[in-house]
Amino acid sequence: MDLNASLFLVRPEVILSFSALVLLLLSAWRSEAGRLASILAVAALVGSGAYVVHSLCTQTDATAFDGLIGNDAFGNYAKILIYFAAAISLMIAPRFLEKMGAMRAEYPVLILLAAIGMSIMVSATDLVTLYIGLELNSLAAYVLASFARYDGRSAEAGLKYFVLGALASGILLFGMSLLYGFTGSTSFSAIGVALNGDVGLGMIFGVVFVLSGLAFKISAAPFHMWTPDVYEGAPTPVTAFFASAPKVAATALLIRVVIEAFGNEVIVWQQIVIVVALMSIIIGAVGAIGQQNLKRLLAYSSINNIGFILIGLAAGTEQGVAAMLVYLAIYVAMTLGSFIALMQLKAHDGSYRETFGDIAGLSKTRPALAAVFAIFMFSLAGIPPLFGFWGKLVVFQAAVAANLLPLAVIGISASVIGAFYYLKVVKVMYFDEPVDVIAPSDDLVLSWTGGIMAAAVSPLGYLAIPVLAALSAQAARALF
Amino acid sequence: MIGIEHYLVVSSILFVMGVLGIFLNRKNVIIILMAIELILLAVNINLVAFSAFLGDLTGQIFAMFVLTVAASEAAIGLAILVIYFRGRGTIAVDDVNRMKG
Repeated sequence: MDLNASLFLVRPEVILSFSALVLLLLSAWRSEAGRLASILAVAALVGSGAYVVHSLCTQTDATAFDGLIGNDAFGNYAKILIYFAAAISLMIAPRFLEKMGAMRAEYPVLILLAAIGMSIMVSATDLVTLYIGLELNSLAAYVLASFARYDGRSAEAGLKYFVLGALASGILLFGMSLLYGFTGSTSFSAIGVALNGDVGLGMIFGVVFVLSGLAFKISAAPFHMWTPDVYEGAPTPVTAFFASAPKVAATALLIRVVIEAFGNEVIVWQQIVIVVALMSIIIGAVGAIGQQNLKRLLAYSSINNIGFILIGLAAGTEQGVAAMLVYLAIYVAMTLGSFIALMQLKAHDGSYRETFGDIAGLSKTRPALAAVFAIFMFSLAGIPPLFGFWGKLVVFQAAVAANLLPLAVIGISASVIGAFYYLKVVKVMYFDEPVDVIAPSDDLVLSWTGGIMAAAVSPLGYLAIPVLAALSAQAARALF
Repeated sequence: MIGIEHYLVVSSILFVMGVLGIFLNRKNVIIILMAIELILLAVNINLVAFSAFLGDLTGQIFAMFVLTVAASEAAIGLAILVIYFRGRGTIAVDDVNRMKG
């Protein structure tokens, strides 16, 4: 395959890289042009998203650059979610960061670089490409976490994220070097062929190290300890980004590695995935109970949700992967929506609030915001008829179909524990004495994006099920 | 005769030292950065040894990529450390505790 044909297949990444470089030049000369750069970056994301939708519709599955990177329905599905989440976190950011004195033109550049990295991650078909994509995403994310550099918490979040993220990359890389040595190749398909029948100790070590490193990136327990601190310390738009796009990318990457490279050796990884899924669900549910800070609460909620998503992977079937993809789409809407709602908690003096004490009796002073918040909380708890319920339903269906009944039973019981803290938010907003610290909203972008997300996770979301089911089934088929 | 096992043992020792360096060190964040470099270099020994052993160049190319990324990672780590130090005036590991729970 010649270079032009390869470049043609990676058009979305090429567009994003080009825009990121141009915007980097812009920010070098006009650092204060943050809003302009954000608009241009959103346009670039929409443009490359259009190419992704186009290749998803024409169903052209191909590999580029001698099998280093693939262009298939699975990667394209994930890319749509990633670009969407990145665009939303660009749109909601300027006002918040301006308030913190941190809105510079580098913010959209870093988001774009992270988006390129995530694009490469989800379409990687080789360990080298995987590593480059993952690092491009992680390095941009470390800087984003500490973007409000005059805020002590933000710098600390960046430092913690950097140290633990670099450790995770090192563990992942060590596993990849073992896999390369004992299978003789870095390509997923060749590793899949070599990992068949009798696996030696070296290969098992490689698989375990790679899974641990990836579990770190999706913040699954027992590798979750960085999540609450980083989510609390990072500026809220950045936290919204962390909770959505990189989660989708790392989960999609995990699915692809597990199915394409380790797919013949289910016995080696299935127990690991089951244990990680259950621990994430339980730790995510129990850890959130005592939290006073809503961002930490949402961090534990994301750990909890990753556990539910991994149940689909534990099933290891095409149905399971399709269910995970449906859950991911719903999760992105829910988590972005909850952070947008959180960002609207602005006090009369213009400061941003994020604790339980600030939302007491919110339904009296800001009924619309309280209702939107309640929708997201009920949806995250998986209470029908909200759309979050559907994601849990398809995942558990896949687990039951794969004869993992005990896993499904424990998962459902733990989701009851999780419901406690989601409902606590609703209780505090609706039944506690009003404290009246939150000022009326003056940000149309937040109101509109929050409203759209709320509509998407409301029962209206069920209208999207045929489209979502068809797309996720097509994406899952591309892997098997 | 030095075989592949010897290289694997050396790289495993370096890797474990790197991981312990991150967790046992309570003094200084710079030491953590050095420990991270140690982990990445252990991986490079693995990659190059396997590459020579298998007669396959991919491992050495991979090692080049790892070196490049390690350099940028160190740069970003130090940059974050600098802004952290400006705000707090210390880089002791025990003091990185504004957020807990």
